[in-house]
Amino acid sequence: MEITTKRSNPPVRATEPPVEPRGPRNALARHWSRQLAEARRSWRLNWQLYLLVIVPVAYFVIFKYIPISNAVIAFKDYNVIKGVWGSDWVGFKNFELFFSNPVFGTLLKNTFILAFYLVLASFPIPIILAIALNEIRGGLFKRTVQLLTYAPYFISTVVAVSMTILILSPRLGIVNDALGLFGIPAVDFLGDPDYFRHIYVWSDVWQTTGYSAVIYMAALAGIDPALHEAAKIDGASRWQRIRNVDLPGIMPTAVIILILGVGNMMAIGFEKAFLLQNDLNLAQSEIIATYVYKTGLVNADFSMATAVGLFNSVVNLCLLLFVNFAAKRITGKGLWG
Amino acid sequence: MSALTTSPTSKLRRKQAAKERIREPFRDRVFVITVTVMLVVILALVLLPLIYIVANSFSSASAVSAGKVTFWPVDFSVRAYKVALSNPQILRGYYNSLIYAVCGTLISVTLTVAIAYPLSRKRFFGRNVLMTVLIFTMLFSGGLIPTYMVVQDLGMLNTRWALLIPNAIGVWQVIIARTFFANSIPEDLHEAAMLDGASELRYLRSVVLPLSKPLLAVLALMYVIFQWNTYFDALVYLKDQDLFPLQIVLRNVLILNQRNVGVADVAQQLQQQQLANVLKYALIVVSSLPVLIIYPFVARHFNKGVMVGAVKG
Repeated sequence: MEITTKRSNPPVRATEPPVEPRGPRNALARHWSRQLAEARRSWRLNWQLYLLVIVPVAYFVIFKYIPISNAVIAFKDYNVIKGVWGSDWVGFKNFELFFSNPVFGTLLKNTFILAFYLVLASFPIPIILAIALNEIRGGLFKRTVQLLTYAPYFISTVVAVSMTILILSPRLGIVNDALGLFGIPAVDFLGDPDYFRHIYVWSDVWQTTGYSAVIYMAALAGIDPALHEAAKIDGASRWQRIRNVDLPGIMPTAVIILILGVGNMMAIGFEKAFLLQNDLNLAQSEIIATYVYKTGLVNADFSMATAVGLFNSVVNLCLLLFVNFAAKRITGKGLWG
Repeated sequence: MSALTTSPTSKLRRKQAAKERIREPFRDRVFVITVTVMLVVILALVLLPLIYIVANSFSSASAVSAGKVTFWPVDFSVRAYKVALSNPQILRGYYNSLIYAVCGTLISVTLTVAIAYPLSRKRFFGRNVLMTVLIFTMLFSGGLIPTYMVVQDLGMLNTRWALLIPNAIGVWQVIIARTFFANSIPEDLHEAAMLDGASELRYLRSVVLPLSKPLLAVLALMYVIFQWNTYFDALVYLKDQDLFPLQIVLRNVLILNQRNVGVADVAQQLQQQQLANVLKYALIVVSSLPVLIIYPFVARHFNKGVMVGAVKG
């Protein structure tokens, strides 16, 4: 009972019995018993909140963590009748098959180049847009530009890809009409693998620039106006103020966004690549995500598809951890504090 | 302008502005003009594809098929819209997408709040562990097939539930909501409510939620737009045509060129082909319209949501 008196000001009602062990009071045991006391206290005060999280937690367990455990079939020869745990172990056979498959090199190359190109191309343009918007006086024009450049973000992937296909169509598309004016023969952009990456990346830039600029606009608004005033008094031109005040001001935001982009490179979306894909441009448009879909759901090779997907997830996780580590070294701040 | 010249204060302001303008050096004025021109170019690059699509959708089938349309309708016609809006497959897709958007959003917002609010309470034991558990799912996932197997085992395959449940909670949205609850609801209110004998649930219902309307709006919008625009889950989980959301119908018509939309008469093949072309443009407009109509009103909320999420809680 000595513990109850030790609590100098009991928060609500200190009716809990002492939980600290009487025996050897090493630090670890004390830590855990304090945790337990805290948990009990929290349960008494917040039991309704614990009821509240039951369903969402169940959601995460069922739809996020059970799939992770299901991923063991990557190391098995999955058989529907035997189930996930009853199927026979095959070790790394699926991975070895995948790595020795000639398609492996192409997939890896396609995925990496596409993702890297996307990160590089979609990084500077929103910054330029945000700075340009920041330079002009607030008015109807500024608001219009901001609102309208934002609009494509709300268009679905299916529609965006359809628009791309229609606009680039060799027979009817306006791009080939324009090329025709200069006497250039029609180009089948989607039928040529060499154009696939440019189409993918630049249509993405078209869709996301306005949206991404919003974050930089906020960062620019957060820059201390005194810095601008001081620069003005010192006779800095607008261009000099952008270079020496604005750019350093948004640098932390830019670094974080670049890091997130690189960290998520391997998670590059299935949706768009799959829609832009056709038999003619497959040489460059087949990426890991689309390959997983085809192997798993079209050819019903569950184990192989899971192995490929797992490989992708692991590479992505490593990339993210590495990038986070690098960010910590460079900026002194990682993504998670 | 007339208001500017009459009121004395605005006169003063105008004088000041004029002074400022004179003080701005020549190179800066050139710079501002350059920036404005650049913005006009960017705006044109964003808008021209959209205008091209709209112009085509309002043109006659023969003009579209001859490639005559640029940025203004040729032989103005709304026939494509009439055909699109009377097609049972497309209407069905519209109806299904509405169901998915409304029900999915209700489920998603409820579940997101249910986990984000406890996570925002400082005295909620286990919040750090729970948050780590959530964030880990952003970094690592079992992948397509293992998730598919779960959905299959639950018997959700080829049912509406497959589009509503497996992606119900976004971790990003949980972070946004948690940050909002932690930073925008004063802690004093909690103390006051507890002194008045309110339970946690009562406090959530009667104090927190009424104060969180902007947050709920942001969450609802994010989920509505996700549900309206996504097609991947439907592609993977649905086989039954009657359950297809609009995006899958669009994909079949626009990208896979399935011609069972429109008139199915072999004798009129040329006409049908022409109609199919213009129909694509009309469909793009019709399917994007709901989202594009609401977005100017929601853009501000959306921005706020993006910013809330950017601030670490």
